[in-house]
Amino acid sequence: MTLTLGLTSLFLAFACAIYAAVAAIVAAQRKLNAWIDSARNAAMLTWPLLTLAALSIITLIVQGHFEVEYVYRVSSLSMPWYLRVTALWGGQAGSLLFWSWLMSAFASAAMLRRWDRDRSLMPYVIAVTMITLAFFLSLTLFVENPFNRLWQSNFGGEPTPALFQPANTVPFAPRDGQGLNPLLRHPGMIIHPPMLYLGFVSFVVPYAFAIAALIIGRTDDEWIRTTRRWTLVGWLFLSLGLILGGRWAYDVLGWGGYWGWDPVENAALLPWLTGTAFLHSVIIQEKRGMLKKWNMVLIILTYALVIFGTFLTRSGVLSSVHAFAQSAIGPLFFAFIGVTFVASMTLLFNRWEALSSETELDSLLSREAAFLLNNLLFIGIAFATLWGTIYPLITETLHEIGIYLNIAPLMAIEKVTVGPPYYNRVNGPLLLALVLLMGVAPLVAWRKASARSLGRLMWIPAALTVPALIAFYFLGAKTPVALLGYGIAAFVGLTTLSEFVRGVMARMRLGENPFGALITLAARNRRRYGGYTIHLGVVVMAFGVIGSNFFQVETQATLAKGETLTVGGFTMRFDSVVNFPTEDQRDVIRATVSVFDSSGAQIATLHPRRDFFIDSGQPMTIPGVRSTLGEDFYVLLVDWQPIGASGATFKVYVNPLINLVWMGGLIFILGTLIAAWPDADEAKRYAAAPVRTAASVAGAD
Amino acid sequence: MNKGFHRRERRARREFFFFSAISACSAVIISLTLAALFFIAPTLAQGNEPTDDEVNAIAKQLYCPVCENTPLDVCPTQACTQWRATIKEKLALGWNEQQIKDYFVQQYGMRVLAAPPAQGFTIFVWILPPIAFLAGAAVLAYYLRSLRHPAPAPAAAPPSTKSTAPESDDEYAKRLEAELNKRR
Repeated sequence: MTLTLGLTSLFLAFACAIYAAVAAIVAAQRKLNAWIDSARNAAMLTWPLLTLAALSIITLIVQGHFEVEYVYRVSSLSMPWYLRVTALWGGQAGSLLFWSWLMSAFASAAMLRRWDRDRSLMPYVIAVTMITLAFFLSLTLFVENPFNRLWQSNFGGEPTPALFQPANTVPFAPRDGQGLNPLLRHPGMIIHPPMLYLGFVSFVVPYAFAIAALIIGRTDDEWIRTTRRWTLVGWLFLSLGLILGGRWAYDVLGWGGYWGWDPVENAALLPWLTGTAFLHSVIIQEKRGMLKKWNMVLIILTYALVIFGTFLTRSGVLSSVHAFAQSAIGPLFFAFIGVTFVASMTLLFNRWEALSSETELDSLLSREAAFLLNNLLFIGIAFATLWGTIYPLITETLHEIGIYLNIAPLMAIEKVTVGPPYYNRVNGPLLLALVLLMGVAPLVAWRKASARSLGRLMWIPAALTVPALIAFYFLGAKTPVALLGYGIAAFVGLTTLSEFVRGVMARMRLGENPFGALITLAARNRRRYGGYTIHLGVVVMAFGVIGSNFFQVETQATLAKGETLTVGGFTMRFDSVVNFPTEDQRDVIRATVSVFDSSGAQIATLHPRRDFFIDSGQPMTIPGVRSTLGEDFYVLLVDWQPIGASGATFKVYVNPLINLVWMGGLIFILGTLIAAWPDADEAKRYAAAPVRTAASVAGAD
Repeated sequence: MNKGFHRRERRARREFFFFSAISACSAVIISLTLAALFFIAPTLAQGNEPTDDEVNAIAKQLYCPVCENTPLDVCPTQACTQWRATIKEKLALGWNEQQIKDYFVQQYGMRVLAAPPAQGFTIFVWILPPIAFLAGAAVLAYYLRSLRHPAPAPAAAPPSTKSTAPESDDEYAKRLEAELNKRR
């Protein structure tokens, strides 16, 4: 019953999406207003329908209907109810449905807003969002259907999944499911995928508006103004997703770090990089009417990378190109990315001339030029990251082609791994340059800056950086690279703070108190001071990243009970270890260690542990962490001698300043919230501005 | 007129110089960082009984072909534990880091290395990003030049709807105060 309901609403949602896309395009071509409204209604109907479908799956999972293949794969009787709910996005089929559900929520929300200002854009916004949705729903319906049931053949053998009963089979209902991947049973993992997906899908909205503007030939920045908040919200969720993902890795994966340049991480980082470039460069278009083509390129790239990110994580292509070929998901994704990218770029080239700059560049030393440099760096990092991520796939594919066609030079190409050393070397310097630019660019005036005014704004932060550098040196940052990094981060932090100080002082001259001045400043110029707050967050994160990367100390040793090891000024004593089973089918080995500081005083008792999930045989290493602002003392239980429980092997990391990464992340998110918060004044100004149509619809047919 | 032109020219030259100086500084910073990262390689202490830390220093740079994207030094699987034991054996035999890495490459292929060496076909992974970045910089420089010297140079810039942007931060501060005064 639940299954039929879910399947039916899923199918209806698919039909609605197709209908909405077709009706919207026809309506726009033939100027049929009633059809547009009908298309809009159909598009908005997809959300309640998909909500029903998602609720059906959740119900099936919570009730333990293991005859449904997806339920069997991602849940088990031992899982608590909240984990069963989140199992909706714990596997392939469910997460595609979840993606579609969020997509349809965002598309519906975009359609609920007032239409009068951009009526001409809306049909194509409906078409673009609904085509994207229909693509994902077609994958859910025809390739990875979460409502597939298990069937046992009359002749025995493994049960097979199918939507409808195959011939000579009987329904098969296992007594228990396989359960969710243990690594995913963590609060961070519960929130992380929804955040990333929210970020992914909300970038579809600005893309849809951009494509709509291209189709109808609007060359003004209406699409950017309309979608500015969408872009910021999408970016906020993507940033949150990345930060939470890092936290999850640190807490669960047990390798002492938070970012490993893993292809899956890169998949989420790539649209963030181009999206960040886009967020910056649209400011030039809004203020100066420049870079119209480039902004189109950036949003098209971001959309392509959003789909590509989903493709990388969902097609299995990362583990091997064979997995890619085995399921239809991979090739379909590949085709969809190719078709949408080529179609978008063709549209853009058709409007190439119409999208010329309205103004010219006055000076190389100007905010405009600085923003362009920012874009160059972001795109450079995105390219290097993309290249490193797909390079192993390229080598493997060439090797396979070589074998298939019997070409010796191709066969000789080996599959390689592209890991952190590559990214650190290639992206490290670019990231550092980006941080430096982040400090200088906001001080450079629009249109034309003079070296003298720039010097006037920079000399105080620059002068203050010198004592900071000396302090860093004596605090232990003795390597040149780390000093350079700290110096740049300090300089940028100081210039950003000086911007706040200048604003506050300007208002204090009008008789406000400093604190009130800061609040009004941020409230009345949300985008500007939100942006600066984000920059401050990045600086704090930079300190954390440099500290934890350059000054991490680690050691590993096997200790008998009562023995100690020493690392980074700390001493750790192995006290005891216990082994016990839990109700949710885990076999837990938990050690107790005491941590002493250099003076010999006990500062913590930690319990690093190892969980073996009995169903899957998968081990999971949970660190014991003592966290302070200065550093984290992070212990992993690597190995353990079962006989007599006498000895255990520990791996210990001392991660300096790592908490600044999380604190910087919080400041970052706060800044984004300030920048994205609705502004009544701005809305009023916007509503009062005349709708530029006749003049700006240049090139329309 | 002539004087004004010269002044403008001088200012343009000064700006260009300033811009180039900033670019040159960034280039120096980038290359210094690169050089430092490339050449300051960790040195390994030699002892009789290899410690876990010595094993991990090498394992960190290796990946087993089975565990996707998990460096060998932190991989919890049984296979990886055995690999680490192999590293320990080889270290005890007096092998150095390079010999051990070569051994694993010979046994299991290049993919065991955390990053491919810059030789043969895999050189592309290293050289393409810098080339692409330089190409991007060249395109950007060309674009900036074309924006600065548009083909038909009108005597007065056409009035633009976009020129209301605050021209400098001082002006922004002025506007800020003006707005505030209006509100009172």
